[in-house]
Amino acid sequence: MTATAEGPAAAKEVGAPRKRSEDARLVTGRTRWTDNITPAGTLHVAFLRSPHAHARITRVDTSPAREHPGVVTVLSGSDIADEQGALPCAWVVTEDMKHPDHPPMAVAEVRYVGEPVACVVARDRYAAIDALEEIDVDYEPLPAVTDMEDALAEGADLVHTGLGTNKSYTWVFENGDLDAALRDAPVVLERRYVQQRLIPSAMEPRAVLCVPEGEEFTLYSSTQIPHILRLMLATVTGIPEHRLRVVAPDVGGGFGSKLQVYGEEVIALLLARRLGRPVKWTESRSEGNMTVHHGRDQIQRLTLAAERDGRIRGLKVDLLADMGAYLMLVTPGIPLLGAFMFNGIYKMDAYSFTCSGVFTTKTPTDAYRGAGRPEATYAIERLMDELAAELDLDPIEVRRRNWIGHEEFPYETVAGLTYDSGDYESATEKALGLFDYDALRAEQAARRERRDPVQLGIGVSTFTEMCGIAPSRVLGSLSYGAGGWEHAAVRVLPSGKVEVVTGTSPHGQGHETAWAQITADRLGVPFEDVKVLHGDTAVSPKGMDTYGSRSLAVGGIALSSACDKVVDKARRVAAHLLEAAETDLDFDGGRFSVRGVPEEGRTIQEIASAAFTAHDLPDGLEPSLDSDATFDPENFSFPHGTHLCAAEVDTETGMVRIHRYVAVDDVGKVVNPLIVEGQVHGGLAQGIAQALYEEAVYDAEGNLTTTTMADYLVPSAADLPHFITGRTETPATSNPLGVKGVGEAGTIASTPAVVNAIVDALRPYGVHDVAMPCTPERVWRALRSGSGTGGSGAPPGGTAPGAGGGLGSEGGTR
Amino acid sequence: MPRIRVDVDGATYEDDVEPRVLLVHYLRDRLGKVGTPVGCDTSNCGACTVLMDGVSVKSCSVLAVQADGRDVTTVEGLGLNGTEHPMQRAFHEEHALQCGYCTPGMIMASIDLLRENADPSEEEIRDGLEGNLCRCTGYQNIVRAVRRAAGEMREPSEREVAP
Repeated sequence: MTATAEGPAAAKEVGAPRKRSEDARLVTGRTRWTDNITPAGTLHVAFLRSPHAHARITRVDTSPAREHPGVVTVLSGSDIADEQGALPCAWVVTEDMKHPDHPPMAVAEVRYVGEPVACVVARDRYAAIDALEEIDVDYEPLPAVTDMEDALAEGADLVHTGLGTNKSYTWVFENGDLDAALRDAPVVLERRYVQQRLIPSAMEPRAVLCVPEGEEFTLYSSTQIPHILRLMLATVTGIPEHRLRVVAPDVGGGFGSKLQVYGEEVIALLLARRLGRPVKWTESRSEGNMTVHHGRDQIQRLTLAAERDGRIRGLKVDLLADMGAYLMLVTPGIPLLGAFMFNGIYKMDAYSFTCSGVFTTKTPTDAYRGAGRPEATYAIERLMDELAAELDLDPIEVRRRNWIGHEEFPYETVAGLTYDSGDYESATEKALGLFDYDALRAEQAARRERRDPVQLGIGVSTFTEMCGIAPSRVLGSLSYGAGGWEHAAVRVLPSGKVEVVTGTSPHGQGHETAWAQITADRLGVPFEDVKVLHGDTAVSPKGMDTYGSRSLAVGGIALSSACDKVVDKARRVAAHLLEAAETDLDFDGGRFSVRGVPEEGRTIQEIASAAFTAHDLPDGLEPSLDSDATFDPENFSFPHGTHLCAAEVDTETGMVRIHRYVAVDDVGKVVNPLIVEGQVHGGLAQGIAQALYEEAVYDAEGNLTTTTMADYLVPSAADLPHFITGRTETPATSNPLGVKGVGEAGTIASTPAVVNAIVDALRPYGVHDVAMPCTPERVWRALRSGSGTGGSGAPPGGTAPGAGGGLGSEGGTR
Repeated sequence: MPRIRVDVDGATYEDDVEPRVLLVHYLRDRLGKVGTPVGCDTSNCGACTVLMDGVSVKSCSVLAVQADGRDVTTVEGLGLNGTEHPMQRAFHEEHALQCGYCTPGMIMASIDLLRENADPSEEEIRDGLEGNLCRCTGYQNIVRAVRRAAGEMREPSEREVAP
């Protein structure tokens, strides 16, 4: 960053709670969701999906369906086997990783319920869906593989027979002498936690529209990753990259689920090529729950060794991570993003992490908000509360004895990361104040004393996470298939208005507003004069898209650098016009002036006009201020914070109600506090939902029983509390804006805070764990059993009575 | 095929429709009213909420033929003379939307909520919007927005723009 010292003196936009410019079209319905776009002649696609978790396809008869009125064509997987290629996995985590072929439409075998088997193309969606019923498929059922631990046993039924095993890989990280740490340790905690399977549930179902234009194709998709998708579609289909344009129009949320290359996207492209007409597919929620990739799904075996005073000696982590039936774009790498986070904010000398990826006959897993870090944070923050209970210490105090002091940064952790900055003390102090911790502890004691049927528990989560994905070199060292840079371009139009082109691809995050704020400050132009363009590879040719809380910490820096280059170019023109040396010019509030002669000056708009006419430019200077920049971070960024949850638990019904929730987050410098608070709220909702409500449940035959929003419990307004939020601000030192990223923090922090609160309420009853989601039934059972595994000891695959297997289904989480 | 006559956002339409066509598909596919989105297929999410004769309905759970002779207002029909409805303004002012996919339904349901209760408490708003799911906001700012709009709409000058 060159302009910090002499750039605009007063930041007017950055830091201001600017209302979003995105909203005008969204609140009036003037939206451009993919499903809203229907060019003349568009044909509609419907997919026939496997009703079996695992089966051989012995015959597909599409001929009756072809006769259905309005049907243009019907194709099975074998009809396009030669041209459909295989869906990509860009993260080969070990050299010997087992990586099965993944056809976009199944050809010979289906391996999860919902896998596409055939498709109908018709003149409207009703005709396409009608004709599905007339496709005749013969299946020869094969054994479902639904339990990870069983799947690894000797002689287990195999998901992919040809692989000879259900294990995809085992990945290991070790640092320090863990054996020494465990040997004679005064305190050793061994725990087994289950991260249940979740369904991301973006409100906009997936949709894809492919429009052929001669030999070229424009593919509109509800995706987070137009740039990556374009490259991957070219790779899969052999259509040259420069003949493909991918557009992510308005996209209604993603949370990782649209960081994917889906079979339906490939098929839509192939159909448009075959038929020469626009082809559209829009998913129903019920098929989406079966086929959008799922998240989490880990079994965690944890061993923590500590001194009698609570100081941690070492941590051993042994994970099983459910891959589902296939490896999708970054499936195998997701649990490994947690490898660097199980140590949390704490100091320890020894750490061992082992993760095995396991195939099952379920929907593939992949990134879901937090992606590996929520799982890790849950484990360590649950363990810290367990350690406090074991030692009869306050959970805040046991953390204080272990966390990295604010004076110790930069700090190299036992997991090999360098945390650049942080202040856990300040965030915790602020949270304790907002929460009124002591008063709630007194209230808890009073309820215990009087044996109140509604007990109160207090849960703590002092978290950090790694985001701003990512330094390309680090990704390379992890064998990831791409880099982690981001690109931005700034165009100054003749009228002085500004167009910003970003490689990030927002789908609800508010980049159009925040990027305009950054630009307005750097160039000294009005906020309203900046337009942000994104999400179309023809407009924004270069980018790595939006996920992993990376857009501001990587893309925002690229934008800031591009703005600085514009100012540098403008300075040369200004010096010429003002007949002064460049070094004698001040730039402030969008105006260059000669130092000491403030009345002599040119605005950036005047310079843009001069560059446009090019009548009077210095010799050899290009007539343009336009600039671009690509930024590759040197380190991740590390947001942190302290979340406190007080939960009321009705010991008679098992019902949990969040009584108070305080989130103090340190996301570094803030561009727009309104947007940051919104991101925290939404993140909290999803993290709390994992703790209390959501679970993708499969039965023993591998059928997903939570295919609808009646069964998979996305919380409503009535299910969530009012949040109390606060911030501390410790700037990141790894980027010139001092920003860290906020997209995932709330989700990562909140799940353990809630479960810790529930367990805290129930400790007097002998309960030391409740399996997630902590439904009334599970809490009630934990109370009755006293041992408190609350459902995780249920028979495999059984579904207890309840709403469709979702609400409190005892056997879901194993 | 039955013929229906329906007023949508101030215009009258007469169409032959298959009896099974859902109102939301009629609005989107026949009338081009794509401002009303579809978020699920089991009437849980509420993204497709519209007003029928002033009362909120999930347009995925109503057949087009049931709208015969009725007056339908979608999010595209809100406001007067190019000004936004107070509820639309409040959603913007309070940052009550992120991706915006649930927003049309959320706004329509909130307007209906205020029709029944002009001054709802936070808890009444949360309960009243239980049938509308949002995945982005955690609802806190939606609650604020509805409170804000309620305050504005109780002032006489704003009443006339309510549908």
